[in-house]
Amino acid sequence: MSEVDISEESFTPIESSMGEEELIQIVAMHKWYGEFHVLKDINLAVKARERIVVCGPSGSGKSTLIRCLNRLEEHQQGTVIVNGIELTGDLKKIEEIRREVGIVFQHFNLFPHLTVLENCTLGPIWVRGTPKKEAEESAMKYLERVKIPEQALKFPGQLSGGQQQRVAIARSLCMNPKIMLFDEPTSALDPEMIKEVLDVMIELASTGMTMIVVSHEMGFAKTVADRVIFMDEGQIIEQNEPHEFFDNPQHERTQLFLSQILAH
Amino acid sequence: MTSSETQNPTNGSYPPGTHPDLPPPSTAYGPVHWIKVNLFGGVTNTVLTLLFAYMLWKIVPFLTEWMFLDAAFTGESRRDCEATAGGACWAFIGSRLQLFIYGFYPEAQRWRVDLTFVMLILALVPVLYDATPHRGKGLIFACLYPFIGGWLLIGGLGLESVSTDQFGGLMLNVIIGVTGIAFSLPIGIVLALGRQSHLPIVRILCVGFIEFIRGVPLITLLFVAAVMLSYFVPPGTNFDLLVRVLIMVTLFASGYMAEVIRGGLQAIPKGQYEAADGMGLRYWQVMRLVILPQALKISIPGIVNTFIGLYKDTTLVIVIGRLDILGIGNSSLADSKWQGLSTEVYVFVALFFFISCFSISRYSLYLEKKLHTEL
Repeated sequence: MSEVDISEESFTPIESSMGEEELIQIVAMHKWYGEFHVLKDINLAVKARERIVVCGPSGSGKSTLIRCLNRLEEHQQGTVIVNGIELTGDLKKIEEIRREVGIVFQHFNLFPHLTVLENCTLGPIWVRGTPKKEAEESAMKYLERVKIPEQALKFPGQLSGGQQQRVAIARSLCMNPKIMLFDEPTSALDPEMIKEVLDVMIELASTGMTMIVVSHEMGFAKTVADRVIFMDEGQIIEQNEPHEFFDNPQHERTQLFLSQILAH
Repeated sequence: MTSSETQNPTNGSYPPGTHPDLPPPSTAYGPVHWIKVNLFGGVTNTVLTLLFAYMLWKIVPFLTEWMFLDAAFTGESRRDCEATAGGACWAFIGSRLQLFIYGFYPEAQRWRVDLTFVMLILALVPVLYDATPHRGKGLIFACLYPFIGGWLLIGGLGLESVSTDQFGGLMLNVIIGVTGIAFSLPIGIVLALGRQSHLPIVRILCVGFIEFIRGVPLITLLFVAAVMLSYFVPPGTNFDLLVRVLIMVTLFASGYMAEVIRGGLQAIPKGQYEAADGMGLRYWQVMRLVILPQALKISIPGIVNTFIGLYKDTTLVIVIGRLDILGIGNSSLADSKWQGLSTEVYVFVALFFFISCFSISRYSLYLEKKLHTEL
């Protein structure tokens, strides 16, 4: 618990220094893969405790966008400021940001050679320098929160997809992040496992975590999101609060997309 | 329909969702079933089984007779052997066993070699088995072992000095083999990581080194070690030939090791790097904690392959005039008392290598099994 308090303290001055308590600020960001222009003039600000769902057709740059927030992908133009730190090639700053930004992947990316518990304590022990015992206690707390404390000593390969994804969420939470990024967290799951993962995410959202979720789970977007962003061809086409977004989409591409995913 | 189902529950159906788990039918398991399926399942299988049985029946009795039952274990010359037995003349090996093990190491000092061997085993146990009691202290000892072992064998500091020219036999194979194995793995890891580096200079250096080493026969490198390296050191300094050989063998194995490990590194999905990077781990932490444990595990068969190759290549020191176990064997054949016993010598040398290499191979299987974490 003490760690949470500390992070809360260090977090307040940054908020005030940025004026509008914005945790993430993206200004005129562009990204290319070689010749291919993936992200075009992205402008986005995310406030603390805001929950954003990003949707759009595949290849629209949604995943690339959130990966630019912890420098898993590099942008070539524009400014990205996360938690008061501007992302540049500076490794120290990248590490500093990554400590505060958790990410959950489509394919879980758990470490198969480590037990569930070791997966969860790796970051705290090696990045934060938390003593092993303390890290384990905190990890068990988070594993209870995602409802799989009994799997702590198993290896990821012995768990179902839904369980693995919940471990991945617990692993990120163990780092006490200020921001959580979700990159299509339910796309690789069997239908009956999607709910258990979404439930965990809904619970997390209710605690006030700042979340950016790339997802096609429209039910989740409706219940949880403060804002839904629609992307196509590397641009943010439209953003709105969920009811407006779903009931009254402005742009024709949004309308087409929504009609396609809501059709089945 | 309904009545027949209830009458015959083992064969028939149960109401939906209530089928219990039943044991497999008796024809599907047991030793008789195993023999039937695995040895006599089909014509080809039966023919192979019979052929193999015939070969065993021909070879095994002959070999046991030659090696044990009809062999001579004592005697002073080949004539003694032939007088007592028609099989192998192990008395020859017995009479030269000291030479096979210690080479020309001074007889009065051979306890030092024995002690080094014993300490080698003590140093290896904590490295190889993670359940060893007091493993931490054991590992410290293992790290100090090369220095202790070197001091014991070469002497100085209170011990009588023994020139490495006098090293020979099995101890030479073990020294070169163990040194090469111990150092080629870490060097190979660094080279493999260097080859993947995004820094061009590092990459070019590593690729250049690996390609050069792999493109040159080990014998050539040994000749270089024996002849040329002395040109590069200041005149007057004594750069021991054995040390030069150790360096060359280690570098040679490292080149191969690097490529084996690169194969393992390439099998690690990109997501593993991303997940580890995403936590804020530094490059070396990512490698040490996440990537290498997985990459090395995948590479175990290849790594062991390289180890075994290196171990057997230690016999090549014969080309620069050092007599390892094979060299001692070869030169023993010239003894007029024991002429014509080459089969015994080569069988003995082959057995020595087979036992060593088979042990390494078994250990690697144990390790693979232990590190297996899937369902």
